[in-house]
Amino acid sequence: MSNAVSALQAKTYAGFAEIEEAGLRGMITLRGDLSSTKVKNAATGAASVDFPGMGECNCVDEKGVAWMSPDELLVMTPYADAQPAAEKIAKTLAKTHALVANVSDARAVFFIRGPNAREVIAKLAPVDLSPDRFKPGQFRRTRLAQVPAAFWMRDAETFELICFRSVAGYVFDLLCNAAQPGSEVGAF
Amino acid sequence: MLILTCPYCGVEADETELQAGGEAHIKRETVGSSDEDFEDYLFARQNPKGIHFERWRHVYGCGKWFHVARCTNTLEVFGTYSAQTTEPPQDIRDKISGKRPGWSWGIFS
Ligand SMILES: [Zn+2]
Repeated sequence: MSNAVSALQAKTYAGFAEIEEAGLRGMITLRGDLSSTKVKNAATGAASVDFPGMGECNCVDEKGVAWMSPDELLVMTPYADAQPAAEKIAKTLAKTHALVANVSDARAVFFIRGPNAREVIAKLAPVDLSPDRFKPGQFRRTRLAQVPAAFWMRDAETFELICFRSVAGYVFDLLCNAAQPGSEVGAF
Repeated sequence: MLILTCPYCGVEADETELQAGGEAHIKRETVGSSDEDFEDYLFARQNPKGIHFERWRHVYGCGKWFHVARCTNTLEVFGTYSAQTTEPPQDIRDKISGKRPGWSWGIFS
């Protein structure tokens, strides 16, 4: 068995917000009819969280379920659990129209922490990040400068962000640049 | 800058999060079509100054295609609606009629 490592191996940067590559995370793409109880249960069963509403993400520690689109979920687990969890979901949904794929190795995860974390994201994504418009629990797929990304808030001062592994270096540089001390905008 | 609300995920997406898909409600010509109709289907597009119906894709978001009714002159957006239709829904047409009485676009009015 190969020794799996994350793209940037927990690299960090201390700017006006703290940037940290979060290491390996289990991620399973689940596509199907999200109104189907079987599909819902398969996702929540693997992640032990409530089923998210449209545009939301429920997560506890490394486990969670994010609403990706009207027919797609992202199920998160600890890295080592992803393959068995994906196999279990696939087995549960064997007779249901659904697609299950372990995409853990195709992704990178970042934390952006601090009272000004909101500002770092606001510089890079075309999203209204004012505190009354983007709150913990909401999940947003969008772009970060030139690449696709998705983020949500763990709490009022912590963003978690996912992107494709192939652009992890680019995204880390973007985040660090946006968090450069002295570059605070003070918009929020 | 256009801001369109994606009818599939409810996100108010700005233009840079979307991909333009050109004119909406084009009827596909196929086997048995005349050369003229097939040429029109492939190449002839409306380019109105005013009300227009377009396809857009929420490419950086949920990935879904949807329809937009807007004005190319003022950039006013009348509404967005599902891709699973071959014509503008009545509520969108009523909304346009309220603002631009007597409008027409292709075979729709
Ligand atoms: Zn969308």
